[in-house]
Amino acid sequence: MTENYTALYEEHKKLGASFTDFGGWQMPLKYSSELAEHHAVRKAAGLFDLSHMGEVWVTGPEAGAFLDYALVGKLSAIADGKAKYSLICNEDGGIIDDLITYRFGGEKYLVVPNAGNAPTVAAALAERAANFDVTVEDASAATSLVAVQGPKAEAILLKLTDESQHALVTDLKYYAFNELTIAGQDVILARTGYTGEDGFELFLPNEGAASLWESVAQAGEEFGIVPCGLASRDSLRLEAGMPLYGNELSLERSPFDAGLGPVVALKSKEGGFVGRAALEAAKVSGSKRKLVGLKGLGRRAGRGGYPVLKDGNVVGEVTSGQPSPTLGYPVALAYVDVEHAELGTALDVDLRGKAEPFEVVALPFYKRQK
Amino acid sequence: MAKVAAELKYSAEHEWIAADGSGPSVVGVSAVAAEALGDIVYVDLPEVGSTVTAGETCGEIESTKSVSDLYSPVTGEVTEVNDDVVSDPAVINNDPYGAGWLFKVTVSEEGPLLSAQEYAEANGGEL
Repeated sequence: MTENYTALYEEHKKLGASFTDFGGWQMPLKYSSELAEHHAVRKAAGLFDLSHMGEVWVTGPEAGAFLDYALVGKLSAIADGKAKYSLICNEDGGIIDDLITYRFGGEKYLVVPNAGNAPTVAAALAERAANFDVTVEDASAATSLVAVQGPKAEAILLKLTDESQHALVTDLKYYAFNELTIAGQDVILARTGYTGEDGFELFLPNEGAASLWESVAQAGEEFGIVPCGLASRDSLRLEAGMPLYGNELSLERSPFDAGLGPVVALKSKEGGFVGRAALEAAKVSGSKRKLVGLKGLGRRAGRGGYPVLKDGNVVGEVTSGQPSPTLGYPVALAYVDVEHAELGTALDVDLRGKAEPFEVVALPFYKRQK
Repeated sequence: MAKVAAELKYSAEHEWIAADGSGPSVVGVSAVAAEALGDIVYVDLPEVGSTVTAGETCGEIESTKSVSDLYSPVTGEVTEVNDDVVSDPAVINNDPYGAGWLFKVTVSEEGPLLSAQEYAEANGGEL
């Protein structure tokens, strides 16, 4: 696989980032300490390069109807200027990816899949578009995505926005977006994120990415913003109980196993969509295992792939886990047999041969104070 | 680039040992290893009085992202462990060759050890 580099790669090198491969991209893992980066997002602000994510434009008279067919949600029903979390499944109901869809108008949508899946999703969308009057355009390579996350994110962006456009930032609701100029760059500004904090994601052409990155870093200095890598992004999303494709979500899991049943619009969509028959059957037959949150009662953390035990018998498997920097105890997401998935159930995780006590707890692990 | 302390010897598994021949030797992990691990959040050390064997695991080091086995660079009896790093493992990241030492051992036999120069060359550290 050839390595991909974002338009911000040189910025990361200047900042002394250590890099990691993620979905075929060389991405910053961390710049200094991943714990410090994590805490900065919870208390002040963090700056992320998410340009490895995909951007696929769907335009044309049948854009809404097409997305209703291609994805499991009812995307035609989103209001203009709003975003919606959804899934793209195969005919067997397996999850190809989770993604966010932004509606600019009845004939214009932006679909944002995960980095490693972007080519697959773009190809699947193009294939499914055969009988619709739509154009599917994969703009991933030309588009950068920068996230500013944390309680100070809004104040930082306001410093970089003309006063006449301040309301476009301050009035923006969660999962809504506006088009405006920030630090001299025309951006799509969405109030979305993957950290459990208030924050924004900014889409813009690659050419302006480095300039925007430096402006945000500079404007955020007085607020304590720090550049954040994928290590802190992962610990932040885990505390917020958000699934990661490849860990919690995969072709082998149904949305119902993952607790994403409400995302599947079996009732509100009358027409067929890819995976519908299999998903209807999966809903009727029920899940054998479901995704739960686990809280470690000791100090050691469960990790992806570790067996979950009840009285010494394997009843599940950890998909993501680590010590929670904010909460101070180990947290994990795990698929567990439904009979052991009740809140409060005492389970063990096999930590390299030693059973350590964990407890099934409600998700998310961490919820910010509003 | 992570520092490699010139006065120490190293195992291929990234432990350092301060062996001056007088009394028990001190064992820790290199800055190269500490940096690669990321923020260390948990350490499991051998018990005082137990025997460790060169090249074999004697504990583990867990960071936010991963878990690594701790290998003993020498064979011998553990005489003391650093309780401070057990209660605050971040000390290992902050001062891997000083306050972040792990345990002391009366050496009966050394494993294969590298000089600081050899270790730095093999692992991209800075002398």
